[in-house]
Amino acid sequence: MNLLKTVQVALKALNKNKMRSFLTMLGIIVGVLAVVAMVSIGQGAKVSVQERISQLGSNLLFVRPGSSFRHGVHGGWGSRTTLKPEDAEAIVEECPSVEMISPEVNTRAQVVYKNKNWNPSISGTGADILAIRGWKMDAGIFFRRGDIKGAAKFCVLGKTVVENLFSDVSPIGEIIRIRQIPFTVLGVLGERGQAGGWYDQDDVILVPYTTAQKRLLGIQHINSIVVSAVSAESMSNAEQEIRELLRRRHNLADYEEDDFSIRNMADIQEAVTETAGTMTILLAGIASVSLLVGGIGIMNIMLVSVTERIREIGIRLSVGARERDILMQFLVEAVVLSLTGGLIGIIAGIIGSRVISSIAGWPTMVSVASIGLAFVFSAAVGVFFGFYPARKASKLNPIDALRYE
Amino acid sequence: MDNRVNSELIRVESLTKIYHLGEVKVVALRGVSFEVKGGDFLAIMGPSGSGKSTLMNIIGCLDRPTSGQYLLEGTEVSKLDKKQLAYIRNKKIGFVFQMFNLLPRTTAMENVELPLLYSNVPTKKRNRLAEESLALVGLAGRKMHYTHQLSGGEQQRVAIARALVNNPSIILADEPTGNVDSQSGAEIMEIFEKLNNEKKITIILVTHDLEISKFAKKMILFRDGEIVKREIIKD
Repeated sequence: MNLLKTVQVALKALNKNKMRSFLTMLGIIVGVLAVVAMVSIGQGAKVSVQERISQLGSNLLFVRPGSSFRHGVHGGWGSRTTLKPEDAEAIVEECPSVEMISPEVNTRAQVVYKNKNWNPSISGTGADILAIRGWKMDAGIFFRRGDIKGAAKFCVLGKTVVENLFSDVSPIGEIIRIRQIPFTVLGVLGERGQAGGWYDQDDVILVPYTTAQKRLLGIQHINSIVVSAVSAESMSNAEQEIRELLRRRHNLADYEEDDFSIRNMADIQEAVTETAGTMTILLAGIASVSLLVGGIGIMNIMLVSVTERIREIGIRLSVGARERDILMQFLVEAVVLSLTGGLIGIIAGIIGSRVISSIAGWPTMVSVASIGLAFVFSAAVGVFFGFYPARKASKLNPIDALRYE
Repeated sequence: MDNRVNSELIRVESLTKIYHLGEVKVVALRGVSFEVKGGDFLAIMGPSGSGKSTLMNIIGCLDRPTSGQYLLEGTEVSKLDKKQLAYIRNKKIGFVFQMFNLLPRTTAMENVELPLLYSNVPTKKRNRLAEESLALVGLAGRKMHYTHQLSGGEQQRVAIARALVNNPSIILADEPTGNVDSQSGAEIMEIFEKLNNEKKITIILVTHDLEISKFAKKMILFRDGEIVKREIIKD
């Protein structure tokens, strides 16, 4: 019998038992729905994490001094005082893959305006930090190169600081005191929001790093250097160039370890993306269990169906059906069940993931790959779980089958 | 068709069949030999358990003999594989069973078309052949009736139409009148007689009803797996 006719016969047989066929399909529908919806949640999470990280700047490198080691006691990472502003200047001048740099000096300090005070983090930066980080100004202006050279007492405030110090006046042009030293407010940073946990990116005051070094902390070194590479592709070149340059400048012998460390934003992005990918696989794995259960449902029903129709099989064999014809008849029935269930499940999965993203507010993304995978998987389930009952049917002895009551 | 008449169609030589039901050995056929010529109408008679159904199953290529020879149109059937046996069942043999064995919840037409499906006959030709076959058994007007809408006699005539549709050399009928009333039984036997006379189709009929056997031309009597009597009823 040709395939088209076999499919017609299968459809007719399934149509005779509508309720049963539907319930059998339901197992596959739920399984495929779960797979499609779960993968779309995982994919959505991955994409939104990637987006968020690339907003932070995907071509950024962070240079920090290494751990200090004195009298046999290790300090934490960044506790060395070997990183100097001159290192930063050398990096931007001598490394061709580096576009911009900003030396950073970080501290916390008490800040007073009139009768109010607050304790934000103080970040001494270079003039290029806005361009490097892709930050925007909300109002006012940022300090310039000349302000850095002169260690000017200028500052730029984050949103949270403004909210806590200035109730209704505009902060621009006002004088605030940081550790008793008066600073003129030049501008307000655009809002950046929470960055994981309790860390508020807007609870910050930016000052020229030279001002932070000399006037606030009285130090010669810097805490870190933020570097932007000319492009995302030149990240590893930039890293290499910086490493060689700093080793030379710090007079490190070949056997000595680096007295600094370089972190790469792309590495961080990769790690987080990988985590999201693992989550997708985990979710899909859990969802496939229900697809498996659906497949077992098909096998169960097909076995019942074969037993019920032993006589029919006998009749077909007696008028000249070959083993192959019987095998195909039952296999096609199982595959039709699983494929129809798969198609309905895919549609339900797409709708389901829309519903999830609108109700729970999670980003979801239904990819063509996940739909293709679900489709192929449901067909495979049909073949896999349909094969045993179909084979059982085809191996029946015609005489026994005809006599079966 | 006529060139088949009187040529040797079936030759059976010392055929035996032994069943093993667990520990018990059941001998169903003990060395049966006979031959059937094209155009014959043979009745096989005997009490139940005498081995006549076993013989029919072997002749019908549904079962294989334990030993002995079975030549169908000169071909040694016991040496064929399953696929070849299916081909013979499809093309050369038509079955009519006591229990009708029609597919339930299926129309008369679809039942008759069934053997044609397995020989890949195209749709139009399949419909035409099935209609012709149904007309031959007098059921042209019932082709769209479902199995359960037909009487026993009508169901058996659908079964005969199904057996006929692939234009087989032989029709094997196992107690074809066993489950119908005597009126329908007579009609069915008249159809067989007509097919045998007009279309020269060879018919082998199993029955234990003496009246029914009178429609046949030859008769073989079975007892305990052996032929005990051969008789020519008419020529």
